[in-house]
Amino acid sequence: MSGCNINRLEPLNVAGESTVINFKFNSKKYRGYKGDTLASALIANKVDVVGRSFKFSRPRGIVGHWSEEPNAIVQVGSGAGTVPNLKATQVELYEGLEAKSVNGWPTVNFDFMSLVGVFEKLMPPGFYYKTFMYPGRFWMLYEKYIRKAAGLGKVPVDSDPDYYDKENHHCDILVVGSGPSGMIAALEAGLSGADVIIADDQSEMGGSLLYSNHSLEGKSGFNWAKLLENKISSLKNVTVINRCTVFGYYDHNFLTMIERCNDHISVTSKSGPRQKLHRVRAKRVILATGAFERPLVFANNDIPGVMIASSVSAYINRYKVLPGASLVLCTNNDYAYKTAIDWKSEGNNRITIVDTRRAVKSELINQAKALGIKIIYGHGVTEAKGKKRVQAALISPLSANGSELIGGSTEIVCDVIATSGGWSAAVHLNSQTGVKPVWNRNIISFTPGKTNETQVSIGACNGSFNLIDCIQEGSEAGALMSKNLGFGKGKPKEKIALDKSENEHPTQPIFCIPHQKPSIKGLKQFVDQQLDVTAGSIELAAKEGFESVEHVKRYTALGFGTDQGKLGNVNGMAILANALNKSIEETGTTMFRPAYTPTTFGAIAGRDVKVLFDPIRYTPMHEWHKKHTKEFENVGQWRRPWYFPKVSEGMEQAVARECLAVRNKVGILDASTLGKIDVKGKDALEFLNRVYTNDFTSLTPGRCRYGLMLKEDGMIFDDGVCACIDKNHYLIHTTTGGAANVLSWLEMWKQTEWPELEVFLTSVTDVWATATISGPESRKVISKICRDIDFSDDNFKFMHLKHGTVAGIEARIFRISFTGELSFEINVPSRYGLYIWSKLIDAGDEFGITPYGTEAMHVLRAEKGFIIVGQDTDGSMSPSDMGLSWIVKEGKKFSFLGERSLHRSDLLRSDRKQFVGLLSNDSKTHVPEGSQIVTSKKKKFPMKMEGHVTSSYAHGSLGYPIALAVVENGHQRLGETVFSPQADGSFVDLKIVSPVFYDSKGERSNV
Amino acid sequence: MLLIYCPYCKQYRDEEEFSYAGEAHIKRPQNPLAISDESWGNYLFFRKNPSDVHHEMWNHSSGCRQFFNVARDMITYEIKETYCISESPKIEKYKK
Repeated sequence: MSGCNINRLEPLNVAGESTVINFKFNSKKYRGYKGDTLASALIANKVDVVGRSFKFSRPRGIVGHWSEEPNAIVQVGSGAGTVPNLKATQVELYEGLEAKSVNGWPTVNFDFMSLVGVFEKLMPPGFYYKTFMYPGRFWMLYEKYIRKAAGLGKVPVDSDPDYYDKENHHCDILVVGSGPSGMIAALEAGLSGADVIIADDQSEMGGSLLYSNHSLEGKSGFNWAKLLENKISSLKNVTVINRCTVFGYYDHNFLTMIERCNDHISVTSKSGPRQKLHRVRAKRVILATGAFERPLVFANNDIPGVMIASSVSAYINRYKVLPGASLVLCTNNDYAYKTAIDWKSEGNNRITIVDTRRAVKSELINQAKALGIKIIYGHGVTEAKGKKRVQAALISPLSANGSELIGGSTEIVCDVIATSGGWSAAVHLNSQTGVKPVWNRNIISFTPGKTNETQVSIGACNGSFNLIDCIQEGSEAGALMSKNLGFGKGKPKEKIALDKSENEHPTQPIFCIPHQKPSIKGLKQFVDQQLDVTAGSIELAAKEGFESVEHVKRYTALGFGTDQGKLGNVNGMAILANALNKSIEETGTTMFRPAYTPTTFGAIAGRDVKVLFDPIRYTPMHEWHKKHTKEFENVGQWRRPWYFPKVSEGMEQAVARECLAVRNKVGILDASTLGKIDVKGKDALEFLNRVYTNDFTSLTPGRCRYGLMLKEDGMIFDDGVCACIDKNHYLIHTTTGGAANVLSWLEMWKQTEWPELEVFLTSVTDVWATATISGPESRKVISKICRDIDFSDDNFKFMHLKHGTVAGIEARIFRISFTGELSFEINVPSRYGLYIWSKLIDAGDEFGITPYGTEAMHVLRAEKGFIIVGQDTDGSMSPSDMGLSWIVKEGKKFSFLGERSLHRSDLLRSDRKQFVGLLSNDSKTHVPEGSQIVTSKKKKFPMKMEGHVTSSYAHGSLGYPIALAVVENGHQRLGETVFSPQADGSFVDLKIVSPVFYDSKGERSNV
Repeated sequence: MLLIYCPYCKQYRDEEEFSYAGEAHIKRPQNPLAISDESWGNYLFFRKNPSDVHHEMWNHSSGCRQFFNVARDMITYEIKETYCISESPKIEKYKK
């Protein structure tokens, strides 16, 4: 392993120990240290090319040191636990880590796409809309190719081996970011007694102090931060969460953050959840999210070795890595001089500072001068030379405002070009609350827009880039926000002896350094490196007429990458403003939305996966069902037996057998899931008359009636049997899936419109277990185990209910029928459900009792033409459409819900779709549900669709397939032949018939 | 994610516990059969969408199951007040 760590200045030291770590990148073995990120270890090992660019496949190196990184996108791990699209700058090194570049084929050092070269011309901005438009049918082909070429990481195929947790918090103050301003704010808030959470996405507190060579109160910034960290950690009312990215800021101070609990730990020693989603409701929020240093844009600025100035400092000071052998630093501000001083302090003299400004004076500049660092004023780097690594920088003199070159170029040999175009405040979270960032031309950055009093931005994210200001703002905000909540007096408690701010020479507003050739025609000047957006492409977009920044963003894809344009956005907007001849204030910025950085779906799902995704409801008889079938159907949250196959029976045979058993002998169904609402109170009858189409005035105790509910628009909403249990006491049945909606709907009318009615609604679905026995022998079965009721037709009539004792249990028995056969629905308290079921099975044995499932239930009701709301209706069907006018009692004392709408012109149309039956002409072909109905086989597509099949069953008790459908003016078209086109090009010939296929006089249930 | 004060539970609770129930203060016509198609259509289909405070009904569906009214700023989502069904809002219009 020769040549390893050649850029390393000294072994990296964490808590007094330096631990060597072995890792692999693109299958090669390397060594780093504990405390490294993958990026710092790669730089230490002089790995220049870490990826290929998205569109042009150009070689790319590491640019930044944290979440702003656009290039070093890697896939970590393998198999089911592999994670795509991580930024190498944020991946903490651990023993055995394996990472790969996500772009580049066959390798990042030899990429086929870049060799072909044709791609560049095919991909101007908006290339999706231009190049690949025609012919339209080729888009599918293009898309496949483009996606393969673009190739971000690969998602694992297998299910995630890790698990994730969620935690909810309610706190007084949430501090986002633990840089200098956030830390001091949290300390002040904590000292005042407020309940505080401080979250930061790095592994330790300190923010910029972790790498910048500041001294504070006579200590290094790093040591000062450690001291502050100890003070904060000693406070019991402050919770510190590191490795935790606050990625979403929603209404009413609700914030979501993801803690990476063990992504930094080697696979073998991991335990606990991989990540945790913290959901925080904070009374006050202090945003201290810092700022990103902007790169300067120039030609070929994507060659590996071109880096952000502060990132170079971070690698030197925090990771003890010098990213190269000779440095050209191009800046428009003072702050970046620190990077040159850091470089110099490592004993390397090969430094040239190229400052775009002239006649600049400040303490930092003097410091650099005193160290003997070469400074060239009034110049800019116009172009980088090199292929897979910077070899030289070309510099040229600039006009005073930096807009033009005023002389020829000079070449400076170097292998690192660090640039600084000033700082951009990280206004993302503030903007997520719906606030548009405001351009501040004095500091050349967007700053947070005006917001409400429960939120404040402090420090660099507020546009205060000076450390002294950051600390002051933090300390004031911490004390003030606490006082707002009644903690402390609003005066900072921690005294910090701050030096005076150093004087600074103003930053020059320059974003893109001009080149000898114009941007559109010349060498590529990259603005957004992740998506290969260049200054030229933004100018071209402006030329093509795009003016809104939101449109340009979408046309060029500026800021669409996984880095969300953290480096490129402001430069892009400045270049657009310049091309449009407008100010940045006028062109404005795009808004930011969650998530701040890419977020793991697993963490958002948490434990709510697989069986915990949605509750499953079982009926009291489920234990019996489990022993007799494996075939269940999900109905809403309920799990119901679908059919009960005998050995060697398929579904078709089983369902047909079950149907015939009901028609000829007796079947038994678990109907416990049917929605049941108990309605009580002196106005119960009045209430029912208002919500049902029926007139229930004549519904006396002991009687049942089928009823229909409409929405106010006159469309069928629910149906079911309503039973009068006693005076002022009713039980209404709803569809299984609609029970909750119906209850909520009824509650709404009762509470909001008719509060004067004394009526009480209670869901009793789970209170009762229901076994339905159906078929000609059902009377004999129930008579055997219920002796206190006379089941003769004279005594216990159809559509009546009786109370009795079934196998020793008090029961309600309804004589109602959903199959068309003689039926009894036996209701007992749920805890007796299984018992009663077994007793009925035993009692029915001699009569051949056959359990049937939901499928046979559906077939049997379809044979009778009974509708299922939500299957045969879809929210656009009126009672008359469904042939149910017979239960609509118009002209009741109170106009029931939906009655008025039945007279709307649209409901009186004669060509409305109406409910009919369909039989295939050959009595054999089964027409699939959802099939369309047309009137001719000969016309050309598209042809008029006259209806569709709502229910269709191939096998039942009749021996031939039947279907239910809604067809235009169908009630008048009985006997007509229509056709149903199928996906394979064939047609099914169908005859329109009555939807009642069996026992049309209804005699069988009435015996 | 709104934080909503339920005037019946007398507590601030998370939006997840509630469901939206449409515009508030819509009175069902006294005698529906006597009014024109147009009036009925207005009652049935037409709803406000103000760039201002909107008075709307919410149901504490995973809580006390009561319906109540909320005055919510449609721009900032700030909730100005919540009040019982039988009550009138204190704030009718927020902007001039």
